[in-house]
Parts: sequence; structure tokens; C-alpha cells
Amino acid sequence: MVPISSPHDDAPAAPPSGAPLLELTGFSKSFAGFKALDQVELTLRAGEAHALLGENGAGKSTLIKCMTGVVHRDAGRLSLDGVEIAPRSAEEAVKAGIATVYQEVNLAPNLSVAQNLFLGRQPTRFGLVREGEMRRRATAVLAEFDLDLDVAAPLERYSVAVQHIVAIARAVDQSARVLILDEPTASLDAHEVEILFAVLRKLKARGIGIVFVTHFLDQVYAICERITVLRNGRLAGSATTAELPRLDLVRMMLGRELAQATAPAERAPLAAREVAGAREAAFATFENYGKAGYVAPFDLALRPGHVVGLAGLLGSGRTETTRLIFGAAHADSGTATVDGARVALASPAEALHLGFGYCPEERKTEGIVAELTVRENIVLALQARRGVTRPLSRREQDEIAAKFIRLLDIRPPDPERPIGLLSGGNQQKALLARWLATQPRLLILDEPTRGIDVGAHAEIIALIRRLCAQGMALLVVSSELEEIVTYADEVIVLRDRAHVARLTGDDITVPGILAAIAEADPAQPPPAAAGRAA
Amino acid sequence: MNAASRLMPVAATTAVFLLGFLVCSLTFPNFASLRVVMNLFTDNAFLGIVAVGMTFVIISGGIDLSVGSVIGFTTVFLAIAIERWGVPPLVAFALVLVICALFGAAMGAAIEYFELPPFIVTLAGMFLARGASFLMSTESIPITADLYSHLADHALRLPGGARLTVPAMIMILVVLGGMVLLHLTRFGANVYALGGSRVSTALMGVNVTRTTIRIYMLSAGLAGLSGIVFSLYTSSGYSLSGVGVELDAIAAVVIGGTLLSGGYGFVFGTFVGVLIQGLIQTYISFDGSLSSWWAKIATGLLLFAFIGFQQATLRLARRSRRHATGGAHA
Repeated sequence: MVPISSPHDDAPAAPPSGAPLLELTGFSKSFAGFKALDQVELTLRAGEAHALLGENGAGKSTLIKCMTGVVHRDAGRLSLDGVEIAPRSAEEAVKAGIATVYQEVNLAPNLSVAQNLFLGRQPTRFGLVREGEMRRRATAVLAEFDLDLDVAAPLERYSVAVQHIVAIARAVDQSARVLILDEPTASLDAHEVEILFAVLRKLKARGIGIVFVTHFLDQVYAICERITVLRNGRLAGSATTAELPRLDLVRMMLGRELAQATAPAERAPLAAREVAGAREAAFATFENYGKAGYVAPFDLALRPGHVVGLAGLLGSGRTETTRLIFGAAHADSGTATVDGARVALASPAEALHLGFGYCPEERKTEGIVAELTVRENIVLALQARRGVTRPLSRREQDEIAAKFIRLLDIRPPDPERPIGLLSGGNQQKALLARWLATQPRLLILDEPTRGIDVGAHAEIIALIRRLCAQGMALLVVSSELEEIVTYADEVIVLRDRAHVARLTGDDITVPGILAAIAEADPAQPPPAAAGRAA
Repeated sequence: MNAASRLMPVAATTAVFLLGFLVCSLTFPNFASLRVVMNLFTDNAFLGIVAVGMTFVIISGGIDLSVGSVIGFTTVFLAIAIERWGVPPLVAFALVLVICALFGAAMGAAIEYFELPPFIVTLAGMFLARGASFLMSTESIPITADLYSHLADHALRLPGGARLTVPAMIMILVVLGGMVLLHLTRFGANVYALGGSRVSTALMGVNVTRTTIRIYMLSAGLAGLSGIVFSLYTSSGYSLSGVGVELDAIAAVVIGGTLLSGGYGFVFGTFVGVLIQGLIQTYISFDGSLSSWWAKIATGLLLFAFIGFQQATLRLARRSRRHATGGAHA
């Protein structure tokens, strides 16, 4: 992937000053007692692109939904051009001048470009749509976006980037003053992002305010004048792009201080572990392995008794990497070998037979089968590996379930309880047990400690260490950097869907990982400073 | 290129019809005449009318299983209203159209407000309408009103002894009206949009509920009109008439190139689909020795062929799209 225009040659100009175009203050929203938004504020000026950033669950989506009336806020004021507005639906928001374009292009792909631009407000005469007039207007509207399309052709004929621009054109043509873009670039390639950005610059020049939600920090520095960061439903900070170097931004997003270094004592003695396993040869290697538009090609070696941690921001390609390795997504470049033999990894079933196990991030949707009992959930993967012709007897099932309930201390220790009734931590342990029952050589854990209580955290980490001491290879995705540094022998840092750094040994520290995520090489000036210089 | 791939199914349907007509003409010496074509129109008028409504429903991503029963209900209602209650036929026509449209609106509302699948709702509608017609009468009731014999005799005389009958005229008007409504109005664009992406259509500010209700109103209303035509054609009302017509209509729509999953299709294709089914029937009656059930077998085979053909063109279109990404220059 070609790097998107770097901040150095494309530094945003000084942010526009003057009266705010859109001002929201004191936004709060609770869902069933959980505070999704707490006293959030944001000020958008005309002609400004304003990045709205935050990790998963920070409250970005809720904020946007509250702004556009899709969700009703508990408290807070919203004013456009100094006039207070209270849209109660997306339609009303559009009428007031706030339009939203989502990651999924919300247009009708089978209709013509012109129909998509004017659906619901086509020019008519005697009840009939004036097709010629509509096409003429559509061509004129798109010309403003430097887009020369056959407006009579169905929208689906064009690339996602073009469809996004058509969606933006539709929104702007409906007299939008404020344009909210919710991860518009997630499915675009570098060239398409450039096309989109050209359009956004034009809109900024026309005085339209843009709220830009994304996970790609490069893009933030390329197009946005101002940044607002949310964390856990609260305002973590707001600053102009020039004042906020990347490292500070990442710190703001993750809510960690560089000073908060981990105690070295927490790490298991590296030398001891190296003796135990790290010197053993890699049993699975991936060379130049990748998939276009998914994860850039990477090299990876997995050794018995060795823990590889994957660190990075949300959307950086961590989960994608694990899905490639488990065969849930298919690489289009590179080779994978297991025990020296090339493998295709065409399906999770194949990965399973190679001795891979996978605990997904979305425990509730991808992992557990809530209605089945703990025992049934535990034996699921083992049974799948054995195949339908060799069913596990009930006695074998009971033995396996009892063994892992004891081993992992799953509570309550009742194998016949539906797993949906267990706490998050115990569900996670049962899920781990499912894979451990298959005695995998490689266990992939995606956010193993997400959403479970502190006590269970410690148990899961202890378990990870024990497994690796037994000679299992582990690949762990985690946003908890403090945790990663305690168990990983190697940390791979991802950014923008590429593996950008590999840390080993004593380099594995929270500040080190943070710096790699933020791409702040101490030897170079921080990007913002460079931007100003350029 | 894409416009071509879009028109391909309709073009293929038309080609099949022309080919079939050619085969028939070569097999039977008297086949190739305006008279046979006009009879084809008359005999399939009721199917053509109901299939136009079905086209709207299927393009919007739905299905309407109730239309056959609505036809049955209409014929029985007309027979009883005219013969037993003494309602003037034209008033009875207006009355039954209003009843049918309201019935369709109710189904559309149920689909929208209770978020039920159209399949289930219209299946319930199918049982309701059929049950109601049985409740009114289980016997065939002849309709003897003057207007009926008058309308049956009335026809536009064409050269070669061909007659453009009233049912055929109504069907042609419905097909033309359907084309205008589907291809040239905002409502038509909304129907396509619904079939393309329901969520997006709602987010684009289209009133999805209103559009859905109107679509099922249209379908049921046209089923009522089809029932009127059917009663003209048979001069009677019978609670078992129209059994299975919903399936013939769906077959005509699909053979006509409309995607069963919604979003794509043309009224004209449906019209040709109806004619193909009629052509098969006509072949069998010309032959005289074949069992009429062969018509069903031929229709089934054609359906298979067309669905396979559609999938193939879809896949081709997708592949060519993947190769031709971009198309923009900034």
C-alpha cells in the first residue's frame, strides 16, 4: 500500500477561526445506567475538518447519533450558526443542514447515479420524472466534485470511492452545512482516499464544516485542522492538529502516560523462558503473507513456548492478521509453512487440523453458543476436529469438561449450566478450555481480557504464561499494553493495516510500543513540528 | 456495456418467445397469424394484469402469494353482488377494486408495522381471501348481466378475423401504465431503491412504509382487476378460480428477467414472460395429442433455465465490475 500523503507535504493550514458553525455542549447519554456520553462538547467552524477520534466504545458513534437525532440525548445543547436546533430524526437533521455519510455507502446500488442523487426529490412534470433534466442536474452537481460519470449508469458500476463521493454530493446538494463522515475511508485504497480528500478540500473551501471519524491517524494529519478525542464517553481532549503531535494523540486516545512504565519485575525472567522454548525452531512461519486491502504482507515466525503479542490501535489490522493465520480470510500473497511444509490455510477447518486454535474477540457473537451447556461448549472444537464419524462418548465429554473446569477454575463448576449464564470471565475461560481440549500447537487469542473483571484478568494472564511454559505457541492480540509487556516474548506493532515494528527482549515496554504505534521515532522531529516547518 | 447486461435477460426472454413462435409457426401451418396472437392476448389477459403487479412487488424485494385467491374472491364477489344483490356491474367493479386495494394495503401495513416477512403475510392473505370466497359460495355462479354479454361480444376487429377483445385491451393498458409507473415516476424509483437496499432507502429519506403499502395495494388492486377480467372471460364466479395463478405470475416475472431478490426487472419482460407461458399452452392445444400438464413441465424447465441464466449474467457482471474499478478521475 502506498502511504497516503504524509503530513509533511500536506500540512493543514492554520485552522479557520471565527464564529463556530456547529456547537454542541454538555452532551450526555446513558444506556441502561451505562454512561455512553458524559458532558461531551465539540465546536466545529466553517471550512474546518474536525477529526473525532477514540477507541472502540469511546462514544463516537453515540455522539454522532445524538447529533443527527437518531438517538435522543439525555442532556446537551446543539446549535448551528448560533441557532439552537433539535433534530429528532436523520431526515430532520438533513433539513436543518447536518448530513451524515456512513462507512457503508447508503445509496441504492441498482439505481442510476442520477436517481441516487435525487431520490425523493427528482424533478417532475405531471407526476413523471423529468429524466433529461435530472441527468443534466446530476452531471452539473458531480462536475463540482470533478467527477465525470455516466449518470444514467447504475451506481454499482462505480468503485466504492466514487459511490462515497456520490453520497457526499447528495448530502451537500441537500443544502448541508455540516457533513459528518463516519469512517468513509475504511474500505478505500490509497488512491481512492486521495480522490476523496480532494473533494473534502473543495468542500472546506466552500465553507462546509466536516466532522471526520476515522482510525487512520495519517489521514487525520493530512486533512483535519482540529482533533477531538473521546475516551470512555468523556472528552479526552481537543486541540488543533498542529498543536497535537502524534505521540500525544495516541496517548490521549489510549489514556496512558509515557511515564507509567511497567515494573520490570513483572516480566518473567527472559533468560529462563528462552531456555524453555524460544530457541526452538519456529514450527509455523509466514513469509510476505498478506491480502490486498486487508493486511499488508508480513513475516511472522511462531515458536513453541513463545508468545507473540500484536499491538496497535483499533482497525490497525491486528484481528485481520489473526484471521489470515487461522484461514478465516485468505491471503493473496506470500507463503505459509507448518513444519517446513507449505500450507494453503484455505479454511478454519484446515487450520484446526494443523493444530491451530482461535479465540475470537467477539466472544458473544463468534465464540460461545450461549444456549449450550459449559460441557457442550468445551467439547465443540475437539468434536469438530474428530469429525462426525467419531463422536465423543458422553463419558469422555464429562471427563474433559470436569478436567478443564478444575484446571481453569471455571465457576460455578457445573458442566451442565448454559454458558450464557456464566460471567464474562468464566465464559472466556470456557472458550479457552474449548481450544485447550484440542491440544493445539498454536493458540490465537484476540483480546482475551476484554470485558472481564480484574480478577479474571490476572487468571487469564497466568494461564497464558502456563500454557507457554508447556510449549504451546501463542499469538495474542491485546489493547492492554501493560498486559502484553508482561507475557510477550515478541511484540509486533501494527498501524494502518501493516506490521510496522517488531520489538523483542528488553525493547518490550509500554513507552516503546506507544512510540511505535504513534510512529514517533525519537531521532526525528515530531510530525506536527515537521508540518509547520514545511 | 452495463446497460446491455441489464437488458440482457429481457432480450433473452424476447428471443425465446420469438424462437418459440417461429417453431410453432413451422410446426402448425395456421399458427403465424394475427388471430393467434390476439387469442394469446385474450386468453392470458388476467395473468398479464396480475403479473404486472407482481413485478412491482418482486422488484421491491417482496412477494405476493395472495393474488390467486384475490382473483377467486373477486369473481365470487362479483357474481353474488350482481346476481343476488342486484348491484349494477360497474358499481360492483368499483366496489371490488376498493376492497382488494384495502386488502393489499392491510397486508403492506402488516409487513411494515409488524416487521413480518412478505411471504408469511401474503400467505395468510392467500388463505383469508380463498376462505372468504368459499364462505360466500362454494358453487360456480353464472353471471347473466347484460354488460357481461355485451363486453364479451365487444372487440376491435382487426384484419384476418383477429379480434382485440376487452380483456386484451385492459391488459395492454395495464402493461403500458405499469411501464410508466415503474420507469418514469418517483414511486417507481422508490420501488427499485427498496429492492436495492431497504436500509439505504430509508436513510435517503424515502418513506419506506408508505411505499411498501402502496406496492401491495397496487398488487392486490391489479389482482382485483384481473378477477374482473377473469369473470368477463368465464361469465361466472367460482371460489376455486385463480388457484395457483400467483405461481404462474411469479414464473412470468422471473422468466421475464426480474431478479427474485429484487432491485432489477422490467414490466415489458414480465409481459413477454406471460406470452411465453401462453405460447406453450397454445402449442399444446394446437397439437391436440399432448397432455396439458406438459405446459407446467415446460414452464418449470424454462424457469430453471432462466434462473441459471440470470445467475450467470450476474456473476459475469460482477467479474467485469471487479476488473473495471475506478472510473473516476479527480
